Amino acid sequence: MSTPALKDWPLWEVFVRSKQGLEHKHCGSLHAADAAQALRLARDVYTRRQEGVSIWVVPSAAITASNPDDKAELFDPAADKIYRHPSFYDLPDDLGNM
Amino acid sequence: MNAPTDYLLQLADTALVLAQRNAEWCGHGPVLEEDLAMANISLDLIGQARYLYQYAAAGLGGDASEDRLAYFRDANEYRCLTLVELPNHGPRSGGAACAPDYATTIVRNFLHAALMALLWAELQHSSDTQLAAIAARSVKEARYHLRHCGDWLLRFGDGTAESHARAQAALDHLWPYTQEFWTPSPAELAACAHAGAPHPASLHAAWDNRVDAAIAAATLQRPPNCGFLCRGKFGQHSEHLSYLLAEMQVVARAHPDAVW
Repeated sequence: MSTPALKDWPLWEVFVRSKQGLEHKHCGSLHAADAAQALRLARDVYTRRQEGVSIWVVPSAAITASNPDDKAELFDPAADKIYRHPSFYDLPDDLGNM
Repeated sequence: MNAPTDYLLQLADTALVLAQRNAEWCGHGPVLEEDLAMANISLDLIGQARYLYQYAAAGLGGDASEDRLAYFRDANEYRCLTLVELPNHGPRSGGAACAPDYATTIVRNFLHAALMALLWAELQHSSDTQLAAIAARSVKEARYHLRHCGDWLLRFGDGTAESHARAQAALDHLWPYTQEFWTPSPAELAACAHAGAPHPASLHAAWDNRVDAAIAAATLQRPPNCGFLCRGKFGQHSEHLSYLLAEMQVVARAHPDAVW
């Protein structure tokens, strides 16, 4: 497939909210000339099997990402702080599942 | 009262033949995302054709089935609009080799979807309840097809000099074939008289409004109407339909009644 347009078309990140879902979840990316077209193409690429009822598209260039090299100092310190998990409470039986 | 079988076949054949034409882009689309979008449109159209063929086959009885109607009728028995059987490129003689042109595909689908969005909306009120139910699900698809192709028409027309020229050439080439929309076939007159279907000419003004607005927004010129009138609805087709059917029907005819 010849894809010369992809050199010119920016990349978009696609977020879809499912029928039961409360939040939009990242489901992939695509190339499109502008936001309106990205939304339309996202409908055809990512919701053709009834995956969603709402779509967001965001320019990939607008996302600021953490640096994988910083992984150790950003995330490893949380590894041994198990007291931050709300798992040390005794719940009454009739409260059911939380 | 129910719509005549020929009316159902006219709708079904038009949907199936356009689906087959659009499907020629599958794996060859201009970009991956659009490749999927056009394949989705084809699947919508095949879905519409299936409902209509199943309904027509039930009315015909005997050994009629959706597969027999789709795969075992020849070009002169097909009742599709001539517009949908034309190749995905501009006018060429016979089998002259020619690269497919996406502007031709988009303009053709736009002109057709503008008609179907209006026709399906009217057919929702048909006294033929089965046809009305098919129309109710199809109108949403047609409106999306119109949005999809209208968006590309705007981008092509108001895009680069090359895309504008291609869109205008496709419009000039295909426009004469839209005259067939408004000339009723006997099946359409019968459906109009007995099943609450709209007279084709009654959709003309609304179609003009919608199409003229899109053409103007895309900075394209509306071609003049001319005297040419094709008669696909009457079973008189261009030379292109039998080639299309040969490709579409060859497997079913080589292995009749084969199952997966």
